[in-house]
Amino acid sequence: MLTLRCPCCGVLADETELAPGGTAHLRREGPEASDEAFEAYMFLRDNPRGVHFERWRHAFGCGKWFHAARCTVTNEVFGTYPAQTAAPPEEVLEAIRRRRPEWER
Amino acid sequence: MPEYPLEGRRFDGLVRLESAEPRGMIALRGTPEELSSALEESVGLAWPATGEAAWTGEVGALWMAPDELLLLVPQGQAQDLVERLGRSLADRHHLVADVSDMRTLLRMSGSGCRDVLAKVTPADVSPAGLSIGRVRRSRVGQVAAAIWLRDGETAEIACFRSVAHYVFDLLADAAHPEARVDYWTPQGADAQA
Repeated sequence: MLTLRCPCCGVLADETELAPGGTAHLRREGPEASDEAFEAYMFLRDNPRGVHFERWRHAFGCGKWFHAARCTVTNEVFGTYPAQTAAPPEEVLEAIRRRRPEWER
Repeated sequence: MPEYPLEGRRFDGLVRLESAEPRGMIALRGTPEELSSALEESVGLAWPATGEAAWTGEVGALWMAPDELLLLVPQGQAQDLVERLGRSLADRHHLVADVSDMRTLLRMSGSGCRDVLAKVTPADVSPAGLSIGRVRRSRVGQVAAAIWLRDGETAEIACFRSVAHYVFDLLADAAHPEARVDYWTPQGADAQA
């Protein structure tokens, strides 16, 4: 069972209190984008075996969205952080590098 | 006159379950920076810390989210407070609404409160995780609920009124006299010692 600490309310939330929101840090292609760029945004997602950045919503708790860095193989959680950011914070990247030295973004 | 779905329902088992007396409930949304002075003037309560409740008598401010409080007031006083808050917040971005009929309050009393809660919610209901003064929004069975303790042996549970009977029945099942766990009761503490 996955448990994530919600950075908005500080609660250690059980997976069943959370709603998954898919991959984090996607850049949506705007109306001027080429078909290829929009296709890449819409359909061509990474499906990593290992470190993954994801969006979650504390649906049964404070209701806020947040981000989590998780290993898709072991379910190890490297950290959670507020959603008001375009990239993972340095301390989360640091935690990942400590546990997965070979990992590259 | 609104109806109270659990009016008159009571269950005695490992804990006593009953409808808490109806209270006025107000949703207050906005940032603490902008709203806390108006809250202090109108209600006499400081903005509660993250995940906590502030009380003065029967008036409470429960922390629901970083930008949301649920105010509990004696029945019949909600509309008046909504108007007063609305006036003092007129020039600030906020939401204040009388939601008294949105949720139902249950009261659970007895030394088995934590044991019964632990059967139906993934929330940490240990004395450290759910201390007196904390408000925990979580899941009870299949529905959302907020849980807080008024004292060591009294818990209050707020859930949407449409699922009030479901929550009551679920807790009554968990509090069946033959479903004793005795983990966090005084007897349980003795056994663990």
